Amino acid sequence: MAYSDRVIDHYNNPRNVGTLDKSSTEVGTGLVGAPECGDVMRLQIRVNPETQVIEEAKFKTFGCGSAIASSSLATEWIKGRKVEDALAIKNTDIVKELSLPPVKIHCSVLAEDAIRAAIGDWKKKNGVAETVESTAAAQ
Amino acid sequence: MSTVASQVEVPAGVSLPIYMDNHATSPLDPRVLEAMMPYFTTKFGNAASRNHSFGWEAEQAVEKAREQIAKLIGATAKEIIFTSGATESNNLAIKGIAEMYRERGNHIITQVTEHKAVLDTCKRLEKYGYRVTYLPVKADGLIDLEDLKRAMDDKTILVTIMAANNEIGVLQPVREIGKLCHEKGVIFHTDAVQAVGKVPVNVIADNIDVLSLSGHKIYGPKGVGALYVRRRNPRVQIAAQIDGGGHERGMRSGTLNVPGIVGLGKACEIAYEEMDNEAAYLRGLRDRLKNKLESELDYVHVNGSMEHRLPGNLNMSFVYVEGESLLMGINDVAVSSGSACTSATLEPSYVLKALGLGDDVAHSSIRFGLGRFNTQAEVDYVAAKVIDIVKKLRELSPLYEMVKEGIDLTKIQWAAH
Repeated sequence: MAYSDRVIDHYNNPRNVGTLDKSSTEVGTGLVGAPECGDVMRLQIRVNPETQVIEEAKFKTFGCGSAIASSSLATEWIKGRKVEDALAIKNTDIVKELSLPPVKIHCSVLAEDAIRAAIGDWKKKNGVAETVESTAAAQ
Repeated sequence: MSTVASQVEVPAGVSLPIYMDNHATSPLDPRVLEAMMPYFTTKFGNAASRNHSFGWEAEQAVEKAREQIAKLIGATAKEIIFTSGATESNNLAIKGIAEMYRERGNHIITQVTEHKAVLDTCKRLEKYGYRVTYLPVKADGLIDLEDLKRAMDDKTILVTIMAANNEIGVLQPVREIGKLCHEKGVIFHTDAVQAVGKVPVNVIADNIDVLSLSGHKIYGPKGVGALYVRRRNPRVQIAAQIDGGGHERGMRSGTLNVPGIVGLGKACEIAYEEMDNEAAYLRGLRDRLKNKLESELDYVHVNGSMEHRLPGNLNMSFVYVEGESLLMGINDVAVSSGSACTSATLEPSYVLKALGLGDDVAHSSIRFGLGRFNTQAEVDYVAAKVIDIVKKLRELSPLYEMVKEGIDLTKIQWAAH
């Protein structure tokens, strides 16, 4: 179990840990994974209704170091992006940034799923049509 | 900003990293190394060389080791066969008995939390036409003797059930199992790798016919083990699985690993003399660790029976924290986890699952394996560190937050991936 320095850094100093008010219309919540599988990510975004910019992103993750690092990195990347731009983040980008080994690729997939789920929730709340191609292609 | 990195102070007298994984392997006792050294250098003879002093010297050393091992388990020296380790001992016992008694029957009974050296061997025999019953265990990790009774039939030739489990340290009721076997005329083999030298094991009192043990779990060297094979009441016969030269009464050919055997013998001698005190010492350390963890953390639970357990074993689940992430936070402490992420198969521990634990709890488990060279100061440091990291990871855990809010996690539709 050799972790990359980037994974260790995110694990030791996770960015944007916390909880947003999930009842707020500005907030989208994505809860992905399952306890039986050993990882659950909750990623939340607060979107500015005027600009569609993700002004705040928070996460909590139950999972291995790579899962924690993937979700921490995801919040860092989506913060300040417009919703549509955040959807452009691919799990492969996370794999590259964190130098994840093959057995940990599912952590990055889960992080991508979490971003999509949070944005999907926000869109649903705000009556924004779902973009057609957004069903995440795993791996 | 939240941070997981730990700031727990290292007490005086503790040097890092701390080894607390003594079920995986144990450090060599310096007294064992001292006994072995001459057999690497000046006393290098082949124990099978019958016609010069080098051979005699080696043979004498081997016979002394046989005595030392036999004494520890209540056997006689002639009943000890040397092997390369417990995996080989288990293979030799199970395959050797299956082959030797094939005409009498083809049924073998084992149980689900055995080591893979037993389970995989039984699986192979199934391919060759043997029938294997895998007994379940109760929530405390022990088998039900009634299940064993029911499983026995007129084709049963062998019962193989471990003395102590390597993950949860649970001690099976070996004496009662052996008694049942003897009543039915069935051979009883036990993988006693984790038990020998840690708790009293006596092949006569415990009705054991064949027993596997290993050097490196008892502060001896790796690459050496032994198989006890009963010679009287009943006399057990084993078909050799390695041919060539007829060493070890024809049961296991191959030049003997003399330094290893000397080390195994010395390790057994030390265990014989020190086991009682050491067990009390380790039980004290183990209970101290357990009490500290339980008093500072909620949602922790011990896996397996506390009553029927090795003194140095503690297997605990820190629910809502994933095991590998916990190991990462306590990276200056060597322990093991039942988490899937730490296993080659990406499956959580089959032993913990056999206790009826959910996968989520298995993912959260840590095995602490205390040994001869651990100190109270180390236990205090490990406890403080685990408490610190578990608390921090729970601040990061959506599950812990949900449970604290009163949400029933079993009612959520999880998207399994």
